[in-house]
Amino acid sequence: MTDIAENSIAGAGRLTADSSLRRTWAKLKRNKAAIVGGILLLIYVLSALAAPLLFRGNPSAPNLINSLEPPSMKDPLGTDELGRSILGRIIYGSRISLVIAVGVVFVGMICGIPLGLISGYYGGKIDFLIQRTTDTMLAFPGFLLALALVAVLGVGVKNTVISIGISMIPMYIRLVRGCVLAIREEVYVEAARAVGTRDATILLRHILPNVMVPITVQTSLSMGTAILFAAGLGFLGIGVQPPTPEWGTMLGSARSYLFHAPHVATFPGIAIFLAVLSFNLLGDGLRDALDPRFKL
Amino acid sequence: MLSYLIKRLLATIPVLIGISLLLFFMLRMLPGDPAQVLAGQMATPEEIENIRHQLGLDRPIYEQYVAYLSRLARFDLGRSARTQNPVTQEIWARLPNTLLLAVVAITLACLFGIPAGIISAVRPYSWIDYLVTVSALFGMSMPVFWLGLMLVVVFAVILKWLPAGGTGGWQNVILPSITLAAFVVAFIARMTRSTMIETLSQDFTTTARSKGLPERVVVIKHALKNAMIPIITVVGLQFGLLLGGAVLTETVFAWPGVGRLIVDSILARDYPVIQGAILIFGLLYIMVNLVVDLIYALVDPRIRYD
Repeated sequence: MTDIAENSIAGAGRLTADSSLRRTWAKLKRNKAAIVGGILLLIYVLSALAAPLLFRGNPSAPNLINSLEPPSMKDPLGTDELGRSILGRIIYGSRISLVIAVGVVFVGMICGIPLGLISGYYGGKIDFLIQRTTDTMLAFPGFLLALALVAVLGVGVKNTVISIGISMIPMYIRLVRGCVLAIREEVYVEAARAVGTRDATILLRHILPNVMVPITVQTSLSMGTAILFAAGLGFLGIGVQPPTPEWGTMLGSARSYLFHAPHVATFPGIAIFLAVLSFNLLGDGLRDALDPRFKL
Repeated sequence: MLSYLIKRLLATIPVLIGISLLLFFMLRMLPGDPAQVLAGQMATPEEIENIRHQLGLDRPIYEQYVAYLSRLARFDLGRSARTQNPVTQEIWARLPNTLLLAVVAITLACLFGIPAGIISAVRPYSWIDYLVTVSALFGMSMPVFWLGLMLVVVFAVILKWLPAGGTGGWQNVILPSITLAAFVVAFIARMTRSTMIETLSQDFTTTARSKGLPERVVVIKHALKNAMIPIITVVGLQFGLLLGGAVLTETVFAWPGVGRLIVDSILARDYPVIQGAILIFGLLYIMVNLVVDLIYALVDPRIRYD
């Protein structure tokens, strides 16, 4: 009995999911800004994947004879203070930024989604405890929280990901909890509860899929924020450390040569800007396509 | 209004306790012995033991927390590991500089963001709307520190109109505050646009128009007044972004504020100063949000009677 009821609910859910996916894709295709964002993101991902093919050699190997060369045919974006190709470092830097962006949202989601689901579904004391902790974390602006955590955990890619990821957790908790509060009163959740479905199954099979719309939009926007935060930490010298080609770290070193070689600071900044723009355009497009009424 | 104020003040207590707990455990989360970290690698066992005793690390954890709270209540944030000066002294010396930048930046952001959002909403899908929307999206995607560097290249290096950094006169405030405002103005313009579009399509604006009121009055007196709550919320929330941005902007422009102090302290592993400065930023953020809540009650009298 329980199985039949559950299967029919899940089957109906799958059909609705298929048609809504097609509808979303059709809407997304009509949104020019989202398409531009998608293309930029594709270029960014492809350059990260094909980095060794696009730039041969070691992007971190110094070549002091060529230091601070302006853009030329040999080095289209010029060289940095150690004579390394800025284009090569930007291409390899896309790998680091992509790893950070994915890692950060993974940490944010893996901790934030379950806590948001539990907080919204069960309510009561557990909700109070989770929400007060969230309030405390939100009392610190995101970048400052990441900064404080880096101060404790130390520098490097792993700690950058953990620090920024933790600073994203409260946002996911709030987002998921807010959605669960509305969804838990829906008839299909009550029906699942009435046939004796376990709480964990209700949360994972009936509630979670319905929270995915805001999570998807938030994830796209959060990836952009993660890149900005990581670049900010790198720029301050407390994120990814040289000689790793990270865009923010590149800007941090370029600061000293601003008067003599402004190109060193110009191109990594454009790379960060375009990467963040791609996630923001896609996030906005997804939001409009998935649910125009939904606003973050 | 007074009961509303008391209610809001009481609501901040759990958050304040949470912040104190978070900062208290921050030092305890350090890998290894906090006394060893504070004393440095070259310290003798006696020196480490001395620091442990000074910090009360040899006492039970709940006693340490109570002592920490009592010190906080007396605004005793300890001494800087680098300079040995009281942390409060280090922070108070720099706080006015950060507040100056923040206030100028948020004023600039409101002065440009709100009108841009209104114009955009009044003429949706026109060229000016596209210009505002695209500029806002660009502003949100641009790293503030990069924008700061580019402004230095253009206005200090190439044109030589403004100083590249430091303090001294009003000229020194221009580039850092524009840099800091750029990100915030984008958010404010976007929020103003979307809220105004929604408000302008509501029944009461249709009624105002059908009464024959001029469009200017409909937009400013009827629509904007009702759109103010979300706009004020965004301005308040952006203050947090501004504090985060201040860390980066102050670094770009060698501006002697609390943000720069935090970065220097992180690089020097000066934990008492990091704790103190982050606590002050957290408190500032809470206070701004409290003021925002009070402004809600002034803008919309229904809120204070809820």
